[in-house]
Amino acid sequence: MALFQSVFAMLYQFGDTFAFLVISCAGLAVIFGMMGVINLAHGEFIMCGAYVTVSAARAGLPLPLAILTGALVAGAVGMVVERLVIRHLYQRPLDSIIATWGISLIATQGVLIVLGSTMQGVGTPLGSIDVGGRSYSLYRLILMACALGLLGGLYLLFYHSRFGVIARATIQKPQMAHALGVNTGRMYGLTFGLGAALAGLAGGLYAPTMTMVPTMGATFIVESFVTVVVGGADIFLGAAPAAAILALIKAGLTAWYGQLFGQIGLLVTVILVIRILPGGLSGWLKGTTR
Amino acid sequence: MTTSETAARSRARTLLTRLEGPQTMGRGPAFWTVAALAVAAAAAYPLIADAWTVGNAAYFLIWTFMAMGLGVVWGYAGALSFGQTAFFGLAGYAYGVITLNLGAAYGLTLLALVLAVAIGGLFALIIGYFMFYGRIQGVFIGIVTLSVTLVLETFMAQTAGPQWRIGEARLNGFNGMSGMPPLTLPWFGGDIVLYPGPPLYYLLLGLVVICYLGLRIMLNSPFGNVLVAIRENPHRVGMLGYDVRLYQMLAFGIGGAFAALSGALYTAWGQYITPSSMGLTSAALPIVWVAVGGRRDITATLIGTLVVLAGFQTLTIYGSQYALVVMGVLLLVTVLAAPDGLVVATMTQMGRIFRSSKR
Repeated sequence: MALFQSVFAMLYQFGDTFAFLVISCAGLAVIFGMMGVINLAHGEFIMCGAYVTVSAARAGLPLPLAILTGALVAGAVGMVVERLVIRHLYQRPLDSIIATWGISLIATQGVLIVLGSTMQGVGTPLGSIDVGGRSYSLYRLILMACALGLLGGLYLLFYHSRFGVIARATIQKPQMAHALGVNTGRMYGLTFGLGAALAGLAGGLYAPTMTMVPTMGATFIVESFVTVVVGGADIFLGAAPAAAILALIKAGLTAWYGQLFGQIGLLVTVILVIRILPGGLSGWLKGTTR
Repeated sequence: MTTSETAARSRARTLLTRLEGPQTMGRGPAFWTVAALAVAAAAAYPLIADAWTVGNAAYFLIWTFMAMGLGVVWGYAGALSFGQTAFFGLAGYAYGVITLNLGAAYGLTLLALVLAVAIGGLFALIIGYFMFYGRIQGVFIGIVTLSVTLVLETFMAQTAGPQWRIGEARLNGFNGMSGMPPLTLPWFGGDIVLYPGPPLYYLLLGLVVICYLGLRIMLNSPFGNVLVAIRENPHRVGMLGYDVRLYQMLAFGIGGAFAALSGALYTAWGQYITPSSMGLTSAALPIVWVAVGGRRDITATLIGTLVVLAGFQTLTIYGSQYALVVMGVLLLVTVLAAPDGLVVATMTQMGRIFRSSKR
């Protein structure tokens, strides 16, 4: 029984980290993998989703619907940003990083000015369950399911839908897709919007577990960047296995040495991985299967 | 004319040709006259301003080293680093730890300064080794360097408590270290302690001039030309037989050492260093200065940094919370409207006007 307890505790810790990594990096990975743009305002889209979710939930909307609203609003904001700024910078990836960083500064500080330094959140719903004398948050278990659902949903979207086919065609050969009648500009806009909506979804899902401050996006940003770097450009071959490996490392180190070593372990892993596998996991996997 | 005079002239001319070249804007007697006048004006500044204002101007000068280093890494070598603050902070802490342990006598603070810069530069070389020999490129360099500085911030922020000490120096977690001695010059009849004020200002002004001229020589040397070639087309440079990775790593190390110089000087100036100096907001600032000034020219970087810093401080007086919003807007406008930087755009425009008036 004691063995089962500790195994469950390890699994829970692993699943929790895995869910966090997958959910928080999905939006970043979609935008980077599909468009080659690193979105440094990723954390701010997460913050946007979280704020909208909490406002909607406190206005009386049930939490799942509120989370959906948060994702949709973040997505809409993302499409506007793409139209106004990112669209002009597709040929200059370094400048698009700078521009999204500018957006991130404006958003963080703007929210601080308009809404103040903190906002009343909503409590974590669903209470907790008891496994062998220790209690675990049920909501976090649901988040793990959400992470798996998210991966499945994205897979269906990109590989088994018309949007997915056109999006992948646009990414691989923009000129060819354009010649075949695809409105590539609109596809880029939609893809960026999708990435922003996924970031908003991450914010919404984690809003009940966090303190609502304008800088909350920063807590996601290191982990999501690390996952994308280790994973490489492909979200399914890269980000998902990367999240699993990183979660294993982080959960293990956190359990044995504490929070800090978990984070340092992540960084060391990243630096080693880029030295050994420059294309990330997905580049390596594709290279071996080819 | 005697032979020694001719020799001296030709030597001066060789020096001047080394300072000028395709990689830096501004050449000829006109440019150097203006530059000399600017330095003279800066040197005369403490005569008309009070000590506090001069100390504040010294604060501006401290940051220019980090900006020029980022200019080399990003503008010339083409590797966008978001994490210069990692080397800044590391050197700041190193200066604090060393001076708190060794004390300020016998010019040991200068040794601490040199060691701090060496530590920062070495750390940059190590990170650079893993990045460039791992052949990661473009946007990934930005992400890795950003992650490095953010993790360092998190690490330093949790070092509260008595077990986190190096010798005499407590790291003090989120509140940071304080109480380290400022730079102290050993002198006959008593040390000169460089608190913020005219003496420190003159020292920093001298350092800025030396670093600026040194970087100009370096950038116009074969090394600098290879860096620019790598920025323009790394594959072709590799085909020509240069080890691209080595050049990029060295450039990154130099940039890191300059950031470290800023960090150590900053700690000596204010006698404190906190983890937030490596945070997201701090990491954004060098990018803003260099991008707005113009990253592809060291003169523009220097001028832009000073102008943006002064502007930022003025804004902070009227409303600190709006300053960051203005910074963000400035970044967006620069990237969208004047990708080469506002100072470079102005300089090109002025050059055009002068040339057309000559005709």
